[in-house]
Amino acid sequence: MKEVFKKPHALTDKPFHYCPGCTHGIIHRLVAECIDEFGVEGKAVGIAPVGCSVFAYNYFNCDMIEAPHGRAPAVATGVKRANPDLFVFTYQGDGDLASIGTAETVHIGTRGENVTIIFVNNAIYGMTGGQMAPTSLPGQVTTTSPYGRDKHIQGSPIRICEMMATLEGVAYAERVSVDSVKNVIAAKKAIKKAFQTQIDKKGLSIVEVLSTCPTNWGLSPQKAIEWLRAEMIPYYPLGVFKDKTTESEAE
Amino acid sequence: MAGILLAGFGGQGILFAGKQLTKAGMDAGKQVSWLPSYGPEMRGGTCNCSVNIDDKPIGSPLVTAPDILIVMNLPSLDKFEKKVVPGGCVFIDSSLVPKTCERTDIRAYYIPATKLADEAELNGLANVIMLGKVIRETGIFDYEFFRNELLTSAPKSKPQLGELNAKALKIGYDG
Amino acid sequence: MGRKLLMKGNEALAEAAIRAGCKLFFGYPITPQTELSEYMAKNMPKRGGLSLQAESEIAAINMVLGASAAGARVITSSSSPGISLKSEGISYIVGSDLPCVIVNVQRAGPGLGGIQPSQADYFQATKALGHGDMHFIVLAPASVQEIATLTGEAFDLADIYRMPVMILADGALGQMMEPVDFEEKKHREIPEKTWACTGTKDGRPHNIVNSLIIEPNELESVLEERYKRYAEIEEKEVMYEEFMTDDAEIIVTAFGITARIARTAVTAAREKGIKAGLFRPITLWPFPTKRLRELADKADRFLCVEMNKGQMVYDIKLATECRKPVDFYGRTGGIVPEPAEILNELEKLTGKGKE
Repeated sequence: MKEVFKKPHALTDKPFHYCPGCTHGIIHRLVAECIDEFGVEGKAVGIAPVGCSVFAYNYFNCDMIEAPHGRAPAVATGVKRANPDLFVFTYQGDGDLASIGTAETVHIGTRGENVTIIFVNNAIYGMTGGQMAPTSLPGQVTTTSPYGRDKHIQGSPIRICEMMATLEGVAYAERVSVDSVKNVIAAKKAIKKAFQTQIDKKGLSIVEVLSTCPTNWGLSPQKAIEWLRAEMIPYYPLGVFKDKTTESEAE
Repeated sequence: MAGILLAGFGGQGILFAGKQLTKAGMDAGKQVSWLPSYGPEMRGGTCNCSVNIDDKPIGSPLVTAPDILIVMNLPSLDKFEKKVVPGGCVFIDSSLVPKTCERTDIRAYYIPATKLADEAELNGLANVIMLGKVIRETGIFDYEFFRNELLTSAPKSKPQLGELNAKALKIGYDG
Repeated sequence: MGRKLLMKGNEALAEAAIRAGCKLFFGYPITPQTELSEYMAKNMPKRGGLSLQAESEIAAINMVLGASAAGARVITSSSSPGISLKSEGISYIVGSDLPCVIVNVQRAGPGLGGIQPSQADYFQATKALGHGDMHFIVLAPASVQEIATLTGEAFDLADIYRMPVMILADGALGQMMEPVDFEEKKHREIPEKTWACTGTKDGRPHNIVNSLIIEPNELESVLEERYKRYAEIEEKEVMYEEFMTDDAEIIVTAFGITARIARTAVTAAREKGIKAGLFRPITLWPFPTKRLRELADKADRFLCVEMNKGQMVYDIKLATECRKPVDFYGRTGGIVPEPAEILNELEKLTGKGKE
């Protein structure tokens, strides 16, 4: 029988702990497939965040470090500076990257570290049970914004890719989504491009992946996908926000 | 053997003069320590440093009761004169301090170091002129030994500094 | 003996770290440890290493975490308020069994406090720098020479026991210059870092550096194992210095810069017929409990002198099991005590020496 699909080597056999309908699993697989395709598993070091993907160190077959909340970019910097030959990526959620770790996120960009950030934006704190995230949408009801996010009280959601694109050291920034087959394919292409950016030593690469959280959004997986399309994509437009990968070294 | 306190304004070379004494002590086989005052001000503030030169291990690096006080401004004389041990001595740059020492139980030496430095076109080396006077009056170091210390501690990139320092030392020693 | 150099404590520490094979420095500017960062910035690139100014103390300690996880010898330095910021990262480093060297050139607190020398971070360093059940080795040098010697030792201890080692200095030690000789340090066997994240090279199972253990029974047993290592350190790595304690009736206990001031006072007390001695812990953790207990059987009383409001004094009382009176004398806020003040306390406590 012809094999048409198999688990990437860069994923372990450990079953994911993610909720039914959560798209973390898809994103893990895409990252692992890219690791396989570039053949970098043996020199890869992944940095897991604090948040839903805290156990990422159990799922990726490469060497893994679990960072304090928000500090993955600093930990990645330490790894990369200690051994620039390693292939280093972080896998972070929105609370981790865009709230408690914003300073680390901005400064890994200003330094232009040759590191790839996979940023999973699902507009909510998942692991702690559905609190407001820095990326929660205006009016979005969460357990800590029970009357809906009010910009006069809680401020407005942060657009990370747009912000990171302004930084000199960021070589590649793209926002993708995993709500459809077409978009999943596009997301993988973006991750590959980000990995290539690191391999070519062009600077920081970041791929923001819009993701669903059916459990904490209080929606079925299908409805969650619809909500992502209807609510998130208009606020967080998909696309490439920065691409310095074609620029020559001489400036 | 000696606790030395050097005090003046930032920029007068107080710390440098203290370091030269410390290094000479080290090279003479003594126990030594050097401790600068450090504060938030970067320029123009008061500045002092403590130097210990001893045969025994140094306890506190702070010199709170100096045997030798070297002052290059008025506030420093006002502040530290009373702290000198009885029988100790104070060296005053008389071109900058318009006052004499009030105590009678310590020896006071006056030398217009800054004026002498200007006259000899040794701008900024009043600190070394002060050291020349100190060596002359206290005998803490042999003159030739200390002169050689100054000559050898000039950075390789600026060998002429050693000669200028030696010249300033002589002015202080003869003054 | 090599050629002696006249160096600041901060500079000697940086130089000793580079000589110990440390390749990476991550820090954030703060008085009074600045010369250490500056020395690293100037010298690391010339000697095959890297010095990186982080965006914050928090980022700096997490860069240390990453570099250490990748198997490198790495150091960070700060002063009191900055160390408080690093406490989260230090707890993670301990929980992940990672080696590194952390320098605290103490200044007065709490809050922004002052910038003059202090020893008020003794509690923080030895008891509660970071959440959770944890220890790390704390070394308290008393001279520029000892800063250099102990820094070399700190890297070895960190690698052998897989934990942070803190050099607890203060503003005076950091700023002062003394002659220093970077002699050959004693050789220790350093275990291979088979746990490090250096890439699997497709040849071994993946390494995980992690402090998260969600299952209570599992976490408890990991902690039990770690505490066995702590017990081994308490058995093997205690360092202290004694001065005239053999026949001492009153023993001054002091660490770091305060100990050398106390030594002057003890010498002066002896000249006045007071049988005083000095006990100086060099390792603040592990604490020299056993030796202090022995001394408690010999001496009549203790005087603990510190540049704070009384912190190590509790460890002296615990170690001596309150068999003998333990008094305290301290200056704080950035004031360095003078030998005469300590001598005065010795005279008061013994009723001797006053004419």
